[in-house]
Amino acid sequence: MTLARRIIPCLDTDGERVVKGVQFFNLRDAGDPAALAARYNREGADELVVLDIAASRDHRPTFLETIRRVAVELAIPLTAGGGVATVAEGRAILRSGADKLTVNTAALVRPELLTELAAEFGSQAVVLAIDAKRVGGRWEAFVRGGRESSGRDAVDWAIEGTERGAGEILLTSMDRDGTRSGFDVPLTATIAARVTVPLIASGGADSPSDFLEVFEKGHADAALAASIFHDAVQGLRELKCFLYSEGVPVRLSG
Amino acid sequence: MKISLVEYDAGNLPSVERALALQGVQTERAATPDSIAAARVLILPGVGHFGQLMRTLGARGLLAPIRQAICGGVPLLGICLGLQALFASSAEAPQDQGLDILPGTVSALPVTAKLPHMGWNQLRQVRPSALLEGIPVNAYFYFAHSYAALDAGESAIALCEHGVPFVAALERQNLFAVQFHPEKSGDAGARVLANFVAHAGAENRV
Repeated sequence: MTLARRIIPCLDTDGERVVKGVQFFNLRDAGDPAALAARYNREGADELVVLDIAASRDHRPTFLETIRRVAVELAIPLTAGGGVATVAEGRAILRSGADKLTVNTAALVRPELLTELAAEFGSQAVVLAIDAKRVGGRWEAFVRGGRESSGRDAVDWAIEGTERGAGEILLTSMDRDGTRSGFDVPLTATIAARVTVPLIASGGADSPSDFLEVFEKGHADAALAASIFHDAVQGLRELKCFLYSEGVPVRLSG
Repeated sequence: MKISLVEYDAGNLPSVERALALQGVQTERAATPDSIAAARVLILPGVGHFGQLMRTLGARGLLAPIRQAICGGVPLLGICLGLQALFASSAEAPQDQGLDILPGTVSALPVTAKLPHMGWNQLRQVRPSALLEGIPVNAYFYFAHSYAALDAGESAIALCEHGVPFVAALERQNLFAVQFHPEKSGDAGARVLANFVAHAGAENRV
């Protein structure tokens, strides 16, 4: 009996479509969210993340509809977020079919939000998303879709966020995102050593050995990727078979 | 046969409904004492906080009808917090009483492990059961919780482990409960729901 390391495809959505950028910018269309969700569910994804990268109030009804369309395709957990700033917005996302919600900018602006969400929905439903970028000798937590630094040290913020009620951390390396140069293992390992909640590593995935490295050396509990799965560069089953053969506990059955 | 899902604003009701609909099972939501009293088969889903669940069930007058249904032989499946609610109490909210169908208390998982226990884990089946019939020994199920029942006596049918061994599934006559989320556990979870439905269907034909 071992808790399996999770492989999590991520859908970044803008309106009704999945998009993908490089280091958070230069977006291009990558498909229909419900169709991708159905494929990943079938191919053995352990969880799915859907993020609204537009995250404006005008877009919100469209995003909630996207969550509904994605949720009906899944027999695995669904995490959704983007622009969540209140308990009411969190409830709308969970009511639309998500099991967990991510919070990013609004929690850095008002950290009490994490406590409010955890009190309302339980810590297991609250995922603190941190977009971290190397600035000088440390990593800083960025906000507003990576456009500006919060000025907060990403490691300190991860610790505070979990103390305030987040039950999981989704850690994205902005330096690696979309570059296919591998996960940021030092960043992941640093935060994994300092928090007591599960940690999802994100940004930079390319080869199966990148996943092996972020599990073994980065001590991530889960690894998230987008473009390599969307573009069918990397099959989920093949990836999991590779990890299994390397001794990483993964769920192989459907 | 129609399955009644106890409704108390738990987030996972729609996903349980979808998982059952995929198996061709009709469901309805039961939010009042009368609708629970009339139910032939019950599912008590659960996400959130033990104290909040028990207070909500109490405020809506649902505690007595759920107890009566279980004692009257109605098949009931508790999911996640719905398993924990069957016990007398929980360390998550020591001042709130559980349904007290099963003796003992629900404990906090040890802080030596990463909490919540979140993700896919395997079971150790401790005795044959209707609920886990046909489930491969290495099957994975999705868990998301920080509290668990460490002992369910003879009712326990499968254990899991996260820091300590805990009850992952239990079965006693018409009473079934799982700490994992079958509605989020892929094919293995679907099989557990199908086993419950088959058992409940057989009971209702008698």
